[in-house]
Amino acid sequence: MSDRQSSNAYWRANIRIIWICIAIWALVSYGFGIILRPLVSGIPVGGSDLGFWFAQQGSILVFIVLIFWYAARMNRLDREHGVEE
Amino acid sequence: MSQFTLNLIFIGASFALYIGIAIWARAGSTAEFYAANRGVSPVMNGMATAADWMSAASFISMAGLIAFTGYDNSTYLMGWTGGYVLLALLLAPYLRKFGKFTVPEFIGDRFYSRTARIIGVVCLLIISITYVIGQMTGVGVTFSRYLAVSNSTGLWIGAALVFCYAVLGGMKGITYTQVAQYVVLIIAYTIPAIFIALQLTGHVLPQTGLFGSLAGGDTKFLTKLDQVVTDLGFANYTGHHKSTLDMVLFTLALMIGTAGLPHVIIRFFTVPKVSDARSSAGWALVFIALLYTVAPAVGAMSRFNLTTTMWPGAAEGETFSQPAVSLDQIDNAPELEWMRNWQVTGLLGWEDKNGDGLIQYYNDKGEPSEALAATIAEQNLQGNELPTVNNDIMVLANPEIANLPGWVIAIVAAGGLAAALSTAAGLLLAISGAVSHDLVKGWLAPEISEKGELMAARISMAVSILVATILGLNPPGFAAQTVALAFGLAASSIFPVLMMGIFSTRINKQGAIWGMLAGILSTLIYIFTYKGWFFIAGTNMLEDTAANWLFGISPASFGVIGALINFGVAYLVSNATEEPPVEVVELVESIRIPRGAGTATHH
Repeated sequence: MSDRQSSNAYWRANIRIIWICIAIWALVSYGFGIILRPLVSGIPVGGSDLGFWFAQQGSILVFIVLIFWYAARMNRLDREHGVEE
Repeated sequence: MSQFTLNLIFIGASFALYIGIAIWARAGSTAEFYAANRGVSPVMNGMATAADWMSAASFISMAGLIAFTGYDNSTYLMGWTGGYVLLALLLAPYLRKFGKFTVPEFIGDRFYSRTARIIGVVCLLIISITYVIGQMTGVGVTFSRYLAVSNSTGLWIGAALVFCYAVLGGMKGITYTQVAQYVVLIIAYTIPAIFIALQLTGHVLPQTGLFGSLAGGDTKFLTKLDQVVTDLGFANYTGHHKSTLDMVLFTLALMIGTAGLPHVIIRFFTVPKVSDARSSAGWALVFIALLYTVAPAVGAMSRFNLTTTMWPGAAEGETFSQPAVSLDQIDNAPELEWMRNWQVTGLLGWEDKNGDGLIQYYNDKGEPSEALAATIAEQNLQGNELPTVNNDIMVLANPEIANLPGWVIAIVAAGGLAAALSTAAGLLLAISGAVSHDLVKGWLAPEISEKGELMAARISMAVSILVATILGLNPPGFAAQTVALAFGLAASSIFPVLMMGIFSTRINKQGAIWGMLAGILSTLIYIFTYKGWFFIAGTNMLEDTAANWLFGISPASFGVIGALINFGVAYLVSNATEEPPVEVVELVESIRIPRGAGTATHH
């Protein structure tokens, strides 16, 4: 029973981390890259604006950081709940 | 040394390397054939995934897609990379923990249904066959262009090579050849890009050059590019011109489609641990980003180079301050030899419509600027005189436009072949695994021995290669629809069913089956309505234009709506029918926890 409880807490924590990552993932690509581009168009980046940079380069860089952060965070969570391999 | 000899040496050397790896990495068991015995390190798997994923389209076509559209086609850049975040977060670690060999096998076990598994196989086959035809035609085209053999001879040579390492080594052979192919293709892609960035902007890194200033001045490169293309009546490069809703949906369709592609998912079955599956997705994206952050720079810079070649005045000051390039220069100037070379292939074509001996390149369809209107009147222009500029030329002719040495051209040829062959091999493995493991072992002959299944896997691999080659020689109508068909189906069927299988314990057999059917059928019907039934020209019920699309959603973006339909139907049907059995709920609970993944390999 205690195993089940721990695994429920583990799963809830995992879901919360996933939501954080999904929010950042959506913000940089759909947000800054497309929908919010007019809002941040006042910020110049190398001959264009911040939205153009996110659409062509920035979002990809954020995606990479995001995956490694998730992987590291989950390794810690696995250990905290004693479910690591 | 002639260009042909150089091409032969570089392509021949890369092929010898692949064959050497094939002999070294022979597969002795089904675990080796389907999953490289789960012994591939996360970094190696990331590299192999990058080669598996980056196809002839990524290598040859993507920079051109961005070059001629600019900002609006950033959707491809974000869409084809953002899917890896979804893979790392939502699918890869859990499917690795499940510890079996194919994607339909998970669908069948989780939804305790052979019907669900077979629907999964059918989706996988449609997706992967559509995709592989494009790769095979890419191999044929590259061979014929660089080695002066016919298209079909090139295709058979490519097929024979894939046969060597895929039939012998299965996933194990494919993994290590993909690692080698990644190295070849990334070198081939970045060398010309670095030279061009240096020439134009003085930056070594194309990524910073794109946002830097033109060499020897303060003008930002992108500002200058915007000015040059708008002078000629084209839409400005960095501006937003397409519908925002469709851009969002198209990007999302590419992302969830990428995460649902079986040949990409199975790569994550090869790593030793669940935590490796997570980090391996990150490594895959690092290696993919090396190409995907260079591509927009290649696109923008080669668009600039092409335009300033046509209008020499544009490079220094005003676009129309000097006359356009003359026919005499194109025919005789040594630095324009590439134009003559590529005219032969039909990818580039010009015509002196007004007979003034000059070739004026401009947009004759849009609203001309004041300066352009004056030039049109003054020079009596009769229309754009460079009507044919194929997207692919932006990468293929790049080394020649930048006057790079012959060995760079040869390495681009080897890189294009590596991109097409590595993706083809990954797809063929997904196809043959579905046939031998899901259809033969899972359905037709469950009693087959391990040795028998390995033989079945090899035979289905050989047959898949043969079928793909024949289809590559005579591409059917649907082959050109990879983006709409393959990504649409992966997004509307495989991605939702896998996600629900992991994140819900309530979705049952009926929900999964009806959800998948509703997702696939709605997506197919929407695509067929605009592209023609089974892509037969003339059978479309509505013309494929933005005005006709439902809420402005293009057929290629509809996979997202199909996925929503799949989720909705699965939820409703599951809640109206009985709960899944206890052992299935336990299966879901177990795949959510990393511990115990090692033992799963040995069943």
